[in-house]
Amino acid sequence: MRDLPDSLSTALGLVAGLDARLLDIVALSLRVSLAAVILSAMLALPLGALLAVGNFPGRRTLTVIVNGLMGLPAVVVGLMVYLLLSRAGPLGSLGLLFTPAAMVVAQAVLVTPLLAALTRQTVADAWREYQEQLNSLRATTRQATATLLWDTRYSLFTVLLAGFGRAIAEVGAVMIVGGNIDGVTRVMTTTIALETSKGDLPLALALGMILLALVLAINAMAYVTGAWAQRRFG
Amino acid sequence: MHNIFPLALNGTGFAPNGVPVLLDVTLRIEGGARTVILGPNGAGKSALMRLMHGLLQPTAGRLIWSVGESPHRAQCMVFQRPVMLRRSALANVAYGLKLAGVPYARRNREALAALERVGLAHLADRPARVLSGGEQQRVALARAWALDPRILFLDEPTASLDPAAARAVEKVIVDIHGAGTSIVMSTHNLGQARRLADEIIFLHAGRVTEHTPATEFFNRPRSIEAQSFLEGEIP
Repeated sequence: MRDLPDSLSTALGLVAGLDARLLDIVALSLRVSLAAVILSAMLALPLGALLAVGNFPGRRTLTVIVNGLMGLPAVVVGLMVYLLLSRAGPLGSLGLLFTPAAMVVAQAVLVTPLLAALTRQTVADAWREYQEQLNSLRATTRQATATLLWDTRYSLFTVLLAGFGRAIAEVGAVMIVGGNIDGVTRVMTTTIALETSKGDLPLALALGMILLALVLAINAMAYVTGAWAQRRFG
Repeated sequence: MHNIFPLALNGTGFAPNGVPVLLDVTLRIEGGARTVILGPNGAGKSALMRLMHGLLQPTAGRLIWSVGESPHRAQCMVFQRPVMLRRSALANVAYGLKLAGVPYARRNREALAALERVGLAHLADRPARVLSGGEQQRVALARAWALDPRILFLDEPTASLDPAAARAVEKVIVDIHGAGTSIVMSTHNLGQARRLADEIIFLHAGRVTEHTPATEFFNRPRSIEAQSFLEGEIP
C-alpha cells in the first residue's frame, strides 16, 4: 500500500493524462446513468403530474408511497432487479443480468420515486397558481397537465439533474446487477469500492475526484438553470 | 353567436361544507350592460361570480342560461391577481386562443391584435411574469378579449393596482364593453362603481339586497345595508 501523497500524485496523473481505462469507466458511468434518468423520466414525469393534477381514488395513498420510496436503499433495488433478471426470475430469459442494460434498469427503478415525487411537488405548486385560470379557460385535464409540465420545464430539468446525481453516485444497485465486470459493467462507484478494498488507491482516488467534480457540476448547473429561469420568466 | 342571455339565478345558494356563503340569490342578468357587484369584503361577491362563470356549482337552487347548457365558450373571467403563464405576453394571449380551438396560423395574429387593443403590443415578446401588475392585468384582459366573449366576469380586477394602472384597466374594460361584451364586475371601490356601473347588484352577508340601475342605487339606495355602505364611503 502506497502512502497518500504518492497515490494522490499518481491519481492526478491518471486524470491529467486522460488514462484510457479511466475514461472508459467514466464514459460507461455517464452512459448508464443518463439512460437510466431518461428511462425513468418517461414514467416519472407523467406519474408526478398525474399525482399533482389528477383526481382519482387512491391519489393520496399513492403520493405517500412515492414520497416514501424516495429513500429506497440502493442495495434493496439491486436485489429486487437481480431477482427479476436472474436466470430463474420472471425476466431471466432476456439475459440482461450482468450487462449495462441491467444497471440502467436498476438505476431507473432507484430514481423513479425521487423524480416522481419532486415532479409532483413542482407541478402541484404551479397547479395551485394556475388552476382557476385554466378551469376558466376550460382546459381539459390533459391540456392542463401538458401546460404545467411545459411551464415548469426549467424546474423539472433541475429535478432530472437531481435524479442523475443520485443515479451516478449510487453503488449498491449497480454492483449487484452489473457484477462489476472489468471492461463491461465497471462504473466509477463500483471501481472505487473494489480498488479501495484491493489497496490500489490511485485509480480509486482519480475516479473519486472525477465523481465529486461531476456531482458538483450537476448541482451548479441546477442552480444556474434555476436562477436563469427565475430571471427570464419570473 | 346565439344570444346567451338572460342568465337567471333562482334561489341559488352556495354553502361549501355547510358554511353559507350565498343565500337564496334570485336575479337576472339581461346582458348588454356593465353590471357591478358591490358589497363589503366577505359578502360573497367572488363566490357569486364564480357560480355564474361555472367555476363553482351551487349547493342550492338553480342557475339557468337561456341557451340551457352553460355557454362555456361565450364567457371569460379575469381574476384579482392575473395568472400569467411562464411565457411571453403574446404566448399568454395565444394560449387562450389555442384552448378555444383557434387554428395555429391565426393565433399569433389575433393575439397581437388583442394586445394592441389593450395598448401592450410593444411588450408582446416580454415574459409576462416580469411585467408590472397593471400590465399583467391588461394581458389577462387581452387574453379574455381575444376570445370575444359575450360576457366577461371581472373579480376585483384593480384591487391590487395603483390608481394609474387601475385607470388603464378601467379604460380597457370600457373598450371591451363598447365592442359588445357584457360586463359583470365586482369591486368594493365606490368611485370605480360610479364610473363604470350601468346597474348595481349589492350583496350583503351572502344575500342580494338590491339590484337596481346605478343612478338609482347611488341616489336612493333602498336597503339599509346599502345605505350604510354608501355612508361609510371614504371621500
